Amino acid sequence: MAYDKFKILESTAVPLPIENVDTDQIIPARFLKATERKGFDDNLFRDWRYNTDGSPKADFVLNNPKYSGKILVGGKNFGSGSSREHAAWAIYDYGFRCVVSSFFADIFRNNCLNIGVLPVQVSPGFLDEMFEAMEANPDSKFEVDLPDQKISIVSSELSESFEITEYKKENLLNGFDDIDYLLNLEEEIKSFASQTPL
Amino acid sequence: MGNTLFDKVWDSHVVKKIENGPDVLFIDRHLVHEVTSPVAFLGLKERGISVLYPERTFATADHNTPTIDQHLPVKDPLSANQLKALETNAAEHGIPYWGLGHEKNGIVHVIGPEAGITLPGATIVCGDSHTSTHGAFGAIAFGIGTSEVEMVLATQCIMQPKPKSMRINVNGKLSFGVTAKDVALYIISKLSTSGATGYFVEYSGDVFRDMSMEGRMTVCNLSIEMGARGGMIAPDEKTFSYIKGREYAPKEAAWDTAMDYWKTLHSNEDAVFDKEINFEASEIEPMITYGTNPGMGGGISHGIPKAENVDGGVSSYKKSLAYMDFNEGESMIDKTIDFVFLGSCTNGRIEDFRAFASIVKGRKKAPNVTAWLVPGSHRVEDAIKEEGILDILHEAGFELREPGCSACLAMNDDKIPPGKYAVSTSNRNFEGRQGPGSRTLLASPLVAAAAAVTGKVTDPRTLMQADLV
Repeated sequence: MAYDKFKILESTAVPLPIENVDTDQIIPARFLKATERKGFDDNLFRDWRYNTDGSPKADFVLNNPKYSGKILVGGKNFGSGSSREHAAWAIYDYGFRCVVSSFFADIFRNNCLNIGVLPVQVSPGFLDEMFEAMEANPDSKFEVDLPDQKISIVSSELSESFEITEYKKENLLNGFDDIDYLLNLEEEIKSFASQTPL
Repeated sequence: MGNTLFDKVWDSHVVKKIENGPDVLFIDRHLVHEVTSPVAFLGLKERGISVLYPERTFATADHNTPTIDQHLPVKDPLSANQLKALETNAAEHGIPYWGLGHEKNGIVHVIGPEAGITLPGATIVCGDSHTSTHGAFGAIAFGIGTSEVEMVLATQCIMQPKPKSMRINVNGKLSFGVTAKDVALYIISKLSTSGATGYFVEYSGDVFRDMSMEGRMTVCNLSIEMGARGGMIAPDEKTFSYIKGREYAPKEAAWDTAMDYWKTLHSNEDAVFDKEINFEASEIEPMITYGTNPGMGGGISHGIPKAENVDGGVSSYKKSLAYMDFNEGESMIDKTIDFVFLGSCTNGRIEDFRAFASIVKGRKKAPNVTAWLVPGSHRVEDAIKEEGILDILHEAGFELREPGCSACLAMNDDKIPPGKYAVSTSNRNFEGRQGPGSRTLLASPLVAAAAAVTGKVTDPRTLMQADLV
């Protein structure tokens, strides 16, 4: 599915300083029954965000009017657990384009990259700096510069570089996906398959 | 430098290496289920392309299916719609589909090996993180997202950076009452849920050599719970005899050719791993979790650690115990429980039902316990009946349900109610995993059985010893 190209993002952010945020929290399994990619943002962090009667939980950050933005900042080991891409969809469709953490689970990271959400892994120290900046001022801005592979705290001018493969970077900058690439390899793949027994 | 088992299988499937990018990896067999596939099929439709190799693709319904009255129409309209979508997509693209009621239906990671779809040296993917299960046969098997499901449907390839390699050796002999599940939960408790992120694990040593294929599947299944993309075990005679004669396994001359290849599938003596970790079997006792991720577990007699003795964030630890309504330093033994769930791709195989039956035999289900016993497939269900296990279960006051993922992720009606405790043989104790507000204690089928007959957390060894006298 096509996604918006990613270049330089300057935005406020939403802090979620909890470790091991698993994909069951990002979107519980009972909301995975759709056959189209629609409405997953409504159930992003469903059980942390809403009471069982559907009323918002005042103490959850997505319900705090002070915090908003296109960057979600989570604790260590973000996105562990289930492979459900619905978790990344929910994050993208809610309006986030970038997730920052000091450590990401593998499948979640791949899923994000595949749908146009940039996972930015920073050092634990830089993550703390970000949380502190947001706590001191919820309107703190951050700049995520994909071409330069750099993330900055705008107010303090602190910055850190982050890693991404050249291939994935090109994809995100241009809004390409892997299927476009693979479909161009059809002949090579067919020749490989013919030598690979079932 | 010698080749690892992982290198041998991975390298032989690389169609193309992209400089400063991922490898294009050929996928031998692709397993599909109803939850993570519909948007992928929709993607194919939008691009106007079809499935490249339907004969390498297999579909089953498991995540969303009811475990009672499967002969009746599925009541939940959303679930029914998703099941219908898979059936339609499979028919449209010529993919074998083992839907509800089909004799081969069951949990995707149970039926793959049963049908001989899972083979040594193969690359296997599925839109499900527990695809790592199939590594028990010396396959490279891992879970993927829906964009990747679409990729594999369209091109039979996936783009992945090659993970680093880790070998986990467990040597010695397992103690009485200690199962494959305990070995896995023990390793996860030592490494944490992110300790193997970025790695592909090979399990090696006496314990895995002595383990049954079912046990190996349980261990490999849980690889993802320590963050690893997958785990694998070198195939041996046990592997070959499990596979031989199964429907999709090679036959006659093809079998001999395959065997010649499969026998080369082990790490060479001089193979070097990016990381190597050793454990002693004698250190492991029956395990149980007390928190909200699979790394938060310990020996059943050890109790809940104090926050100061736990690595990582104290606030996350306390949040987790608050959710469970447990306190630091408490014993797990004798905690009252409400539900027992035997099943899932982790522990829904015949050996798990044998273990459960060995404890409940001659005892009665505790009156305060609701027990859901869910076989991983119809073949497991048939074996339970043929081996007389069903009679033992009935005699002890238990009922058997129909196959599916069930309360492992509670997409169907099998939901643990808010605040209730479940001793569960599944794989995740995340908040709300088994139903909103549910509290999960992960454990082996033996620990689950001991809880089911006593109504509380009980060391199964006390019951097993009583049986020996």
